[in-house]
Amino acid sequence: MSRYALIVSVLALATVPAASAASGPPPVGIVEASSGAGLYAANCSSCHGPGGEGILPPGRPGVGDLVGEGPSLRNVGAATVDFYLRSGYMPLANPHIQPWQSRVLLTNREIKKLVAYVSSFGHGPPIPHPDPASGSLPAGYALFTENCAGCHQVAAEGGYVTGARVPPLDGLTDVEVAEAVRTGPYVMPKFTPQAISNAQLNSIIRYVDYVQHPQDPGGWSIGRIGPVPEGLVAWLIGAALLVAFCRVVGRRARYE
Amino acid sequence: MSRRRIGLLARLAKALELEPASIDEPAERGRILPEAPKEPGAELVVIVLLLLASCCAAGFIAVFADSRIPHATQFLGLSLGLAFGFLAAALVVIARCLVVTEELTHDYPPEEHQEAERELEQLFDESRERFTRRRLLVATSALTGTAMGAALLAPVVSFGPVFDLSAFVETPWFRGRRLVGDDGAPLKASAIQEADFYTAYPEGADREQLAAPLVLVRLPGSAIHLPSGRSGWAPGGILAYSKICTHAACAISLYRTPTFPAVEPGPALVCPCHYSTFDPATGGTVLFGPAGRPLPQLPLEVDSDGVLRATGNFSGPVGPSWWGIRSRKPT
Repeated sequence: MSRYALIVSVLALATVPAASAASGPPPVGIVEASSGAGLYAANCSSCHGPGGEGILPPGRPGVGDLVGEGPSLRNVGAATVDFYLRSGYMPLANPHIQPWQSRVLLTNREIKKLVAYVSSFGHGPPIPHPDPASGSLPAGYALFTENCAGCHQVAAEGGYVTGARVPPLDGLTDVEVAEAVRTGPYVMPKFTPQAISNAQLNSIIRYVDYVQHPQDPGGWSIGRIGPVPEGLVAWLIGAALLVAFCRVVGRRARYE
Repeated sequence: MSRRRIGLLARLAKALELEPASIDEPAERGRILPEAPKEPGAELVVIVLLLLASCCAAGFIAVFADSRIPHATQFLGLSLGLAFGFLAAALVVIARCLVVTEELTHDYPPEEHQEAERELEQLFDESRERFTRRRLLVATSALTGTAMGAALLAPVVSFGPVFDLSAFVETPWFRGRRLVGDDGAPLKASAIQEADFYTAYPEGADREQLAAPLVLVRLPGSAIHLPSGRSGWAPGGILAYSKICTHAACAISLYRTPTFPAVEPGPALVCPCHYSTFDPATGGTVLFGPAGRPLPQLPLEVDSDGVLRATGNFSGPVGPSWWGIRSRKPT
């Protein structure tokens, strides 16, 4: 009786965390408008200010119980705005949480209008047009390992840096990767063309495209995050099966 | 069929043992092992399993030879694994059903030769009589053993600097040495932008030295608060630190730079191995992680060509800590 109770309780404890809701910022609503200025005023100005000048702490009361705080959008450029909107980083429900990839609630046309409006607040980098086909995959692997894998992990599965989570790169398009590299969202550094040239960026994007759907010759990739899950498979599945096999095949010694 | 051919086929079948053969009568002596039942069914199972193992092994060779099969790795593993599995199953069946087993118990034999044992004890006691100062001899032997053991172990200190630690504090940096980038070209101050980080080396020096690589960042002047004695170490807000983490000597390759400094964590150099976090704005102080010392800073100047040069040596020894590290200055 007690053995069954133990097994059932272990299984229950193992499945409860899996059943809890997925992590991420709370869902946000979008107010529709017909012009870029209207969209900005309805969805962005409560944190970024009516003219994109930014709002510093302690912030300004906004819609509902929101207290608006946000950086200045002067001279950010179309690349920054396009990245933050297409990846779902913005709009952000709470200025103190980390922006994260989430469902994009704006339509393509609305994003284009907002990009045109916000990039008019100054002069900044335009939307890049990378050409990953002209890049080299082995060079991209070497460059990615040297510049990016420290935070993003060599198979772009994401990770941590002190004080922030680093996102995985699956689901990003070539343009979004190029925009992120050049504009440095959240706590990511900004890699200028002197640091990573456009040709090198093409190779890096080609590598990121590959690693989003890499070949897994071994079959089961176990999340592609290295030796720890592989060790878990060896100990918790392989060793357990071996012990079970010995129990079935063998026979205990009997002493009178 | 002729009689001769039937006889030939019958002898071939008997040689291949397609039917279980009957045993001959035992020899003149009585049996040693108990009579065990015959298991022709088990033999048949073993034969089938061994044939299956052979087929799987042949399948492995076929999959290996044909390069057009998709998911070849999985089929190679499956065929070889099944071959071993069938062989294991055949051996298990043999062990369980076909090996003759018996269990015997024996008591320990009674003690014999008690007189001889007592003689041996007396022999041992009498042969110790010529030693009169046993304790002193034992102590001297212990001393010899210790000294000879220490002598044999002494060459181990040659494995690394133990008493002469000057190799740990030597750096390739001196006043006027230029900084070069990864490509070997002199590094200009104008190439260092904010929100990015750069790796630099001393011009003309061996890059493999621990104290050679630097990590450079630029911060706005108002954000920099260096310790006393380091005014002028950061021209134009450009800060140079050793790239080697003071915890376990990994290369610092993470840089955290906030987009909205009012709510986001401040700029920090982070080591990917154990996440030692250093603050470049305050002279490399440890914000988080297992590092025990701040990151050593190198003083910089911008020369007349706009190239960055060192104006001295690091603020402290480079690399992981060792005994006496806080009392040594880099040279």
